[in-house]
Order: sequence, then structure tokens, then C-alpha cells
Amino acid sequence: MTIDLPTIWAGIISLGVFLYLLLDGFDLGIGLLFPFFNHAGERELMLNTVAPVWDGNETWLVLGGACLYGVFPLAYSTLLPAVYLPVIAMLCGLIFRGVAFEIRAKARRTQNLWDLAFILGSGTAAFCQGVILGTLLQGIKIVDGRFAGDAFGWLSPFSVFCGLGLLVTYATLGCGWLVMKTEGDLQRRLRMLLKPLSSALLAIIGVVSLWTVLGQPAIAQRWFGGHNFVYFAPVPLLVLACITGIFRSADTGHDARAFILMEAVIFLGYSGLLISIFPNIVPPSLDIWAASAPRSSQIFVLVGAVIILPIIISYTALSYWVFRGKVRHGDEGYH
Amino acid sequence: MPEPNDVLVLARLQFAFTISAHIIFPAISIGLASYLAVLEGLWLRTGKSVYRELYFFWSKIFAVGFGMGVVSGVVMAYEFGANWSGFSRVAGSVNGPLLTYEVLTAFFLEAGFLGIMLFGWKRVGARLHFLATFLVALGTLFSAFWILASNSWMQTPQGFEIVDGRVVPLDWLKIVFNPSFPFRLVHMSLAAFIVVATIVAGCAAWHLLNGRRGEGIKKSFSMAVAMILVTVPIQIIAGDQHGLNTREHQPAKIAAIEGLWETERGGTSLNLIGWPDMKEERTKYALSVPHLGSLILTHSWNGEVRGLKEFAPADRPDSTIVFWSFRIMVGMGLLMLLLGLVGLILRLRNRLYDTRWFHRFALAMGPSGLIALLAGWITTEAGRQPWVVYGVLRTADAASPLSSQQVGTSLLIFVIVYFLVFGTGIYYMLKLMAKGPDVGDPAADLQGAAGEAIASFERRPMARATDPIDE
Repeated sequence: MTIDLPTIWAGIISLGVFLYLLLDGFDLGIGLLFPFFNHAGERELMLNTVAPVWDGNETWLVLGGACLYGVFPLAYSTLLPAVYLPVIAMLCGLIFRGVAFEIRAKARRTQNLWDLAFILGSGTAAFCQGVILGTLLQGIKIVDGRFAGDAFGWLSPFSVFCGLGLLVTYATLGCGWLVMKTEGDLQRRLRMLLKPLSSALLAIIGVVSLWTVLGQPAIAQRWFGGHNFVYFAPVPLLVLACITGIFRSADTGHDARAFILMEAVIFLGYSGLLISIFPNIVPPSLDIWAASAPRSSQIFVLVGAVIILPIIISYTALSYWVFRGKVRHGDEGYH
Repeated sequence: MPEPNDVLVLARLQFAFTISAHIIFPAISIGLASYLAVLEGLWLRTGKSVYRELYFFWSKIFAVGFGMGVVSGVVMAYEFGANWSGFSRVAGSVNGPLLTYEVLTAFFLEAGFLGIMLFGWKRVGARLHFLATFLVALGTLFSAFWILASNSWMQTPQGFEIVDGRVVPLDWLKIVFNPSFPFRLVHMSLAAFIVVATIVAGCAAWHLLNGRRGEGIKKSFSMAVAMILVTVPIQIIAGDQHGLNTREHQPAKIAAIEGLWETERGGTSLNLIGWPDMKEERTKYALSVPHLGSLILTHSWNGEVRGLKEFAPADRPDSTIVFWSFRIMVGMGLLMLLLGLVGLILRLRNRLYDTRWFHRFALAMGPSGLIALLAGWITTEAGRQPWVVYGVLRTADAASPLSSQQVGTSLLIFVIVYFLVFGTGIYYMLKLMAKGPDVGDPAADLQGAAGEAIASFERRPMARATDPIDE
């Protein structure tokens, strides 16, 4: 069997995007939960739970973008113009929230202003990511290797719904993370949010799945054609099981349960997305082979990626290990 | 059909704005990282606490600048696809991998050594800490290496073939080490050092003018003025060599820089000042010196330099812009040279710390390094026009199929966001500088740099400085 570079690269980039959703999802979620918690010191505590890692979490977005550019330039040059305004808004949201995160710790009089920037930045970034995913699922019109849709093609009821859906997803994930990392009254009130959040999440996943299957015959064919559904059935069933588990963990269960189950939901949802579009990279017409850079480019980048990615992944794992456990008031260590 | 042109102009404006805002921070990071390595090396060697004090002081400013550079860099990476999809489609196979290497290098660096450098002061031994600082400094230069390889390839492309209208890389060594790359790498690295030397000198001069006479202030002033004296002449030589290289590979750029329209026989004159008019094809109000153009551009009395009229109007860069951006850069360089020389004379007379007009001069020259850096980049980038990849792909063919409303809106958003966010960042850096190295409790500073035992896993450089921003 010959080694197929585009497939390897599709695997690496899929992993990068997955890690991004997994990791940056919960710290964006904290920004979304921010408005509901404002007792003395609570916001500091919430931020302290992600302070050592949020910066590294965002790494994967940059790495994903850079690799996509270097390895699948045609995907890069058709997807980004198609979702132009959401991408710009997402970047600005991320800038605002990143800088607000740092500056608020050094601010006294203007802290409320930076809190607002953090909330709005997180919300904008999360919503736009959802819109981008929704647009991708709906398909992007490409003629002659160029984006051929119109300026607001990304704006549809479906993509907006996906944007709202990702807001709820990240909020649930952030809530699960905080339940794991906090204790006492704050944790009790966070647990109370798990039920409404996970119910909303279940409804949203149901609607998005149905909407996709009804609206995209090709995706329906992928899931239900032949015996496929037998193989793919575990995905929706496991999602259902996980969300039920999160719902129940509001009352009982280990502090980490909601978070772990929620990460599993992200994994399953992401698998669902890949099942729906693979081997396309920009549906409905651009597949990973057509989008590929020349072989020499893909090999050139692969050398660097094979050396450096494992180092970055091990380092990330190590820092999560170092910062494991509950974060308490008075742990000023890393802020 | 006016719309595509509007889109092109707006997209170019946007790129110019975002990259100008961005380059300020990496230049400061590259220069400061090396300065910090020198300071720590001197501290290890001499044991004088003044070096350590300066190290802590400037490491905070470095950290904020580094953070700002990372944030503003994210935008750049996505802009290539969003605004310049034609460029990504045709040349992404070369520029994409080079940028990916830059990202990998930068993250490797951030993951590994930045945490130790900024927060690991108490955790690791002095030598290991110095090694971390040294590797961070080296890493910033490696980042510059990849970015400049990419940019230089766009200026003097080689090592590829065109298949179906797309660039296919053939020889990566040739691509990276393209003809203008060594010159640009040296020129830019020196520029980053000079940026920091002028900032450090300006900062120290401000404190001297305010009557502070601490050892840290005097030492940093002395070091920075000496650095200017040494690096600026080297930079002038490097710039001259870079110019010769440009004349060989991009003659239209040189003609535009000099506002030279006719190919003059028997010695080319040099327009010192003037106003190149692209429509009338002449340089108005020119004050020119005979033979000087030949001397500077060919290093000979009668050397020939091709005039702009030898190039089709569609292939000419905008001479009005590059004529003046180049002169701003050179003017700044000459003023810096003056600063360095006067500094030397005052030093020899033992008057370096007591000459108020010189301190005012140094303070005014604080931003000169950055101004020269931006003017230089404008010259080389606008001088490459109308090409995005010289001789291979025109800028007009590189733009995305977007509407002017889209690009105009995003430009507006970027301008607002950048002024708010990076304005705050620069304000904070200036505020930190205004505090000065000799103020505050060094023990508390050591605490900040040591952080908690676990904090060397910290990846957020901006957490290094803890001084309040709004008090």
C-alpha cells in the first residue's frame, strides 16, 4: 500500500481542529458563563481555572489554519472568502477576549469594561465558529477552483442556528469544566445549570442532525445508504447516552463526569461531521486530493510537523497534569 | 468596471494596516530578546546587580510585546486566505509551508523556553535560565528567518515551476535561500536591534531628563547609545548591499525609489528630493546631484541605472510612495548615525549623562527605529508592485472574489479593534517604561519573575508584568 499524503494530512488537520474544539471550547465557554456569576472573587476564580492553559488552547486554531494553508491551499482559498465576515468577526472576538483576559488582571477602575470585552469577544468567536461550521455543512459553491458564491451566502437560518448551537455547546462544556475545577457554593450553582444546558444541547443536536439530513441528500445517503447506518448508529446513540449522563450528573456523580461526557459529545459530534463530509474538505465538490498542495510541499511541512507536533502535544498534556485539581480562592499562583 | 479596483485598493490598505501594526511587536520582541540575553550574560559574568535589575525591567516589556505580536499575527495568517485567495491558490504551495514552519517554530519556542525565561527564575539555575533566554532570542530570529524567506521568495522567486497556473516547488533550498533572502534577513535583524536600541535610549533619556540618575538608567543609556553607534553604520553598509541586490533583481523598484525616469548615459544623477509624478512621467521640483546615483547604486562614476520609462506603465511601482518612504528611512538612519557619533563625543568628554539637549535628542529619536522599519517595509513592499510574486503573479490577480462592501467593512472593524486593543498594549508598554528600572522593590520583582513553583509551565507572556494599567 502506498502512503497517501493527503489522507495523512487530512488526519493531522482533523486532529488539530478536534483538539481545538476540545480545548478552546471550554475556555470560550467560561466567557459565555461569565455574565451569570459576579459574586466577589468568582470571576477571578473562573479565570484562574484556565489561566495556565487558554493561551496554548488557542495554538491549535493557528496551527490548523497554517497547516491548511500550507497543505490544502485550495481549501484555504475557497473556504475563507466564503465565510469572510464570520472569520473576521471571529478573529476580532478572539483578539478582544485574549487581551481582555490579560488586561483585566492588571485593571482596577476599568475592570468591568474588560469583563464586557471578554464576554462579547468569547460570544462572538463561538457564534462565528458555529456559523462557519454550518456554512461548511451546507456546502460552498466552487467554480474553477475559486469561491463562486455571494457575499452573504454564509448567512442562512441553518448557519445561524449552528452558531447558537455552538454557543450552547461551549457553555455546557465550560460549565462541566468549572464543576470539575471548583467547589462549594460556586460549584453548586454551576451544577444547577447543567440540566437546562444539556436539555438545550440535546434539542439542538437533534434539530441540526435532522435539518442536515433533510436538507442535504448527499449526507443523508452517507448515513443511511446501504448498511452504513448499522456502522454509524453508535454515534447518535452514544450522544444520547452521554447527554443523559450529563443531565443526571447535575444531582449526583463525580465532579469530572459532566466534563468528560461533554468532551465525548464533542468527539462524537465531530466524528459525525467528518462522516458527513469526508473525503470532501470543502463540500460539496472539493475533496482532499483536489485541494492538495504539490507533493513536495506536503512532504516539506510533514517533516517539521512530525518532529514538533508530538512535542507540543506532550507538553500540553504535561501542563494539564501539572495544573490538575481544584482551584481555590487565594491560589494566586498563576494570575 | 470600478468595483474590482476598489476591492483591490481596500484589500491592500487592509493588509498594509494590519501588517504594519503587527511588525512593530515582532521587531521589538526580536531586539529585546537579544538585549535580554546580553544583559543576563553580563550579569552572570560580572555579578553586577544592575544587569539583573535591567533584565527584570525589560523582560516585562518584552513579555507584553511578545503577547501582542502573537495576537496580531493570528490575523495575518488568516488574511492570506480571506483577502488574497488568488495568491493562496497560486503560491500557497510555497508560502503556506514557510508560514507553517514559522508557526511551528514559534509555538515550540513558546511551549519550551519562554515559560522558563519569564517565570522560572527561581526554579532553574542561573546558567540554565540564561540558556532559556538565549534560546528564546535565537527562536525569535528563527521566526524571522521563515517569515523573511517567505517574503524574499515573493520578491525574488526561484526553485519552482508553474503547472496549470499554480506554483509547484522543486527545490526548497533554492526557495528558502533565494537571492534577496540573505540581504533581507541581515537588514531586518539589524533593524530589530536598532529599534530596541533607540527605544531603550529614549526611555533612559526620559528618566535622565526627569532627574533620575540611578545606575540602571545610566547603564542602559550608555549601552543603547553605544549599540546605535555600532549597529547603524553596519546597517548602512547592509542596506547598501541590499540596494545593489535589488538593482540586479528588481530594477524597476530602484528606478521608482530614486524617481529616475530616463536611463541616463555617462553617469546617473541622484534626486535628493523631489515629487515623482506618475502621470507626467517626471520628477517635479527635483534637486539632483550629478553622478551620485551611479556612485551609490553601482559603486562607480559612470554606472548606468535603468529609468522607469524602460518599463511598461503597467509594470511600474508607485514612485511617489517609495521615493518618500525610502527617504524617510534613510533620513532616520542618518539622524541615528548623528546620535551615535554625538554620543561618542560626549562620552569621551565625560558628559554623556549631563547634556540635556542630547537627552532631548535621544528621547525624540525613541520611535525613530520603528519609523525607519515601517518606512523600509513600505519601500520594499510597495516597490514590488504591481506584482505580489515578482514577475509571476500580479497583485490584481491575487485578490479574493469579494465585494468592496465586505472588504471595506472588515477594514473598518480592524481599524477600530486594533486602535483599541494594540493602543492599550502600547499604552501599557509605555507605562511600564515610564516606571523605570531603578524604581520599585527589586525583591518583589524577583518574586514576579519567579512566580509559583509551577508557573514555568505558564505560556502567557503577558502575565509576566503585574503592574496596574489604569492607576
